Amino acid sequence: MRAAHSASVLRPAGVVAAANRDILLNALAVMIVVAVPTIIAAIIVAWWFRAGNAKATRNEGFVYSGRVELVVWSIPLLVILFLGGIIWIGSHRLDPSRPVQASPGIRPLTVEVVSLDWRWLFIYPEQGIATVNRLVVPVGRPLRFRLTSASVMNAFFVPRLGSMIYAMNGMATELNLLAAKPGRYAGMSAHYSGEGFSDMRFITHAVPQRAFDLWAEQVARSATPSLGAGNYAILRRQSRDRGEYVFRSAQPGLFDAIVAQRLAPAGGPPAVRSATDAEEK
Amino acid sequence: MLGRLDWSAIPLHEPLPLAAAGGVGLAVAASLFWITKRGHWGYLWREWITSVDHKRIGVLYCILALLMLIRGLVDAVMMRTHQAVAVGDAQGYLPPDHYDQIFSAHGTIMIFFGAMPFIVGLMNFAVPLQIGARDVAFPTLNAASFWLTASGALLVNVSLVIGEFARTGWLPYAPLSETSYSPGVGVDYYLWAIQIAGVGTLLSGVNLVTTIVKLRAPGMTMLRLPMFCWTSLGANLLIVAAFPILTATVTMLTFDRYLGFHFFTNEAGGNPMMFVNMIWAWGHPEVYILILPAFGIFSEIFSTFSGKPLFGYRSMVAATMFIVVVSFTVWLHHFFTMGAGADVNAAFGIATSIIAVGTGVKIFNWIFTMYGGSVRFETPMLWSMAFLITFVVGGMTGVLLAVPPADFVLHNSMFLVAHFHNVIVGGVVFGVIAGYTYWFPKAFGFRLDERWGKIAFWFHMIGFTAVFVPMYWLGLEGMTRRLQHVYDAGWTPFLYVMAAGVLASVAGTAALIMQLAVSIRDRRDERLRDDLGDPWDGRTLEWGLPSPPPFFNFAQLPDVSGEEAYWSIKRKAIEQGELPEEPDYDMIEMPRPTPTGIFVAFFSTLIGFACIWHIWWLVMVSGAGVYLAFVGYAWRDVHERDVSVDEVRRADQAARAPRAAALARLVKEGRT
Repeated sequence: MRAAHSASVLRPAGVVAAANRDILLNALAVMIVVAVPTIIAAIIVAWWFRAGNAKATRNEGFVYSGRVELVVWSIPLLVILFLGGIIWIGSHRLDPSRPVQASPGIRPLTVEVVSLDWRWLFIYPEQGIATVNRLVVPVGRPLRFRLTSASVMNAFFVPRLGSMIYAMNGMATELNLLAAKPGRYAGMSAHYSGEGFSDMRFITHAVPQRAFDLWAEQVARSATPSLGAGNYAILRRQSRDRGEYVFRSAQPGLFDAIVAQRLAPAGGPPAVRSATDAEEK
Repeated sequence: MLGRLDWSAIPLHEPLPLAAAGGVGLAVAASLFWITKRGHWGYLWREWITSVDHKRIGVLYCILALLMLIRGLVDAVMMRTHQAVAVGDAQGYLPPDHYDQIFSAHGTIMIFFGAMPFIVGLMNFAVPLQIGARDVAFPTLNAASFWLTASGALLVNVSLVIGEFARTGWLPYAPLSETSYSPGVGVDYYLWAIQIAGVGTLLSGVNLVTTIVKLRAPGMTMLRLPMFCWTSLGANLLIVAAFPILTATVTMLTFDRYLGFHFFTNEAGGNPMMFVNMIWAWGHPEVYILILPAFGIFSEIFSTFSGKPLFGYRSMVAATMFIVVVSFTVWLHHFFTMGAGADVNAAFGIATSIIAVGTGVKIFNWIFTMYGGSVRFETPMLWSMAFLITFVVGGMTGVLLAVPPADFVLHNSMFLVAHFHNVIVGGVVFGVIAGYTYWFPKAFGFRLDERWGKIAFWFHMIGFTAVFVPMYWLGLEGMTRRLQHVYDAGWTPFLYVMAAGVLASVAGTAALIMQLAVSIRDRRDERLRDDLGDPWDGRTLEWGLPSPPPFFNFAQLPDVSGEEAYWSIKRKAIEQGELPEEPDYDMIEMPRPTPTGIFVAFFSTLIGFACIWHIWWLVMVSGAGVYLAFVGYAWRDVHERDVSVDEVRRADQAARAPRAAALARLVKEGRT
């Protein structure tokens, strides 16, 4: 289970995750160069100048030194100057809404993600299908996620593929990732969203392009239900059901209807929800 | 009659909160019985409850904080032990609705009612003494501030037995905290507790800023202020600037929940992102409100226990004010993952890491303070060393989280939780424990036992390491925060280590309680007694006063003639072998004690409770009560009481006697 579902951000399975990790480790290395000697110096100075050490030279008048001050201000300044560069370049290169570079001619695959209380709905607009709690993506092809929430805030996160992003009601965020190798990767909500939050996880199946196409066709031809406003109204109700579902078809424009709130935000716990439902009818 | 309040609000089916409440109830009843039996009510009422003496109020703040830190620790123990047995298919012993309340209460209590009151208490106690003032600028307001804070703490704890607490985290992000998703009273308890306590904190900030700016003794110029006063000034300026944002945000959410407004709702044009934005515009400065005074405490301790003035004093002042300003430009780093765009993220990321420059300067200056000194490792110094080492690590992980692409994979993870505990426990909590140990003899006239202090220190070190090192690792392993159960069985060993670690912290806390008990028992012992009022060979004005100082602090306001006001007076006295001459004593006017503070807070608590349960008549009655309490105060004829010349002289002579004797001893030994 562990190997298959690892969520370690130190074991990237895609270009974005690898870049995230590299920046993390580089920034850490830059700081360790300063931090570790500082810690050691603090311990050595404190111990050497302990009251009982007869060998230490006391100098109570050592309270100011222009040269020391210069060094004291410039060390952190230089580190931050350097890190500032990393931050600026990294933020732009890894901006979640920036498309991932791939070989020319490969179009990105769009997946529309809706966070529900408390599960995940994935709509594949090009394939016209949808799934719940099961994300299937082709390997080596840029993935363009558009995300929103049916109710409260969540964060869509597949650690081994890289960056997370918030899913929020009434708006769409964008995230670009790429799975570099086949595998099954843990996905989750990384932002607390209420009672069922701990179970808001899904498996990301990264499969070769051919297998993905095959899977999409199978789903489209299957006898599973189709997803329209009616089924969505059931899905968005609070539920701790962790089952995986597929829909052979998804109504075009469903995602945009949710974003534009033409499909109203989902209600909360049952007592309040029935009131909202009544209003809708 | 009772609004929405009925028997269903009492969790009769849940043994855990009921047992806890029963235990607390018994303890309270026992202490009330003891107070009544010993006839201490009059004393308590006159000397503590109605006191407007900044030292007394400071002590009350610290007592409240200690109690709340223990409550928060109990929550921590439940979270850590629960998570350790909720792996894979196991669900642990706390169902989600209960677990979610616990982590929400833990954060709320630790920040608002543990760390904040402790910091404010120490500032209240020490700042007027250090600047050479007789009290804060607005003593009655000060009492009201304290009692309002206590009122908020009371409401949070009442939620344990009457109703429920919020399940929305320590910052109730909208829209989860809106009525549609959190219909219960939990969020309402949060809102009213924070609103009432927040007003108390804001007033206390106004008070301390005015005190430091206006009430300094003659000669105490800004650049002669002790470092703790500078950092307190910085923190209180931040309170004055940031707490109104909290008040406004909480009010807006309250309007949403009570009056059907749509500030932060999904529907009707509300904007939940604005809640996140505003709460952090307060929330990030809040972090520096907590840590700056702790930096001040460490500065005092490094200097005192190295027997040297603080290295690079002016640099430290500059670094403090630098942090004050920059801390207002970084709040967006709490939501890089909202998708604001590369330019915005980069700008806030860089601003955040720039703060590390100010902090880095401070770290180096503390090391140079020890350099060439004569370092004594008594418990305050041990906590300070532990801070120095752990804070470098915590600062480093903080800057790491300020790098947006790194934050994209670490945000909301256990790595983040480990980071802010690393800096808040290692910085603020270690700081207040160091400060508590440092100023305790000044407040009570005897020191805390060193042996139990060291035991407590080492247990806390073990606990700190065992909890937060694995937590960092779990974050890198992709574990998010606030999980009621955990799915990856591979994490179990780390969760066990963390659970063991929190138990070590419990042992450390027990040792701190033991330390207090042992010290009170042995308070007249030669080993702990503080006759001179200067147990640590201090350098700032408070150590020139007897322990505990008289309620008017200074018989004659000091005339300050340099940095380290008391150190130069002390040196001079030792060189000359005699105390400075007795001054011409004057009559002193001191503010009269008044129950205004506790009355206002009492009715405020009722307003909060009544609003939570929609008992509208009680809201009106208590509102009138608050109004009458301060109108009654405004109507008073006599503002101050006079302290006669005789009383001042007697107190000062009593304080001089042991010092004169100590000097005579030094003269005899030929050490002057």
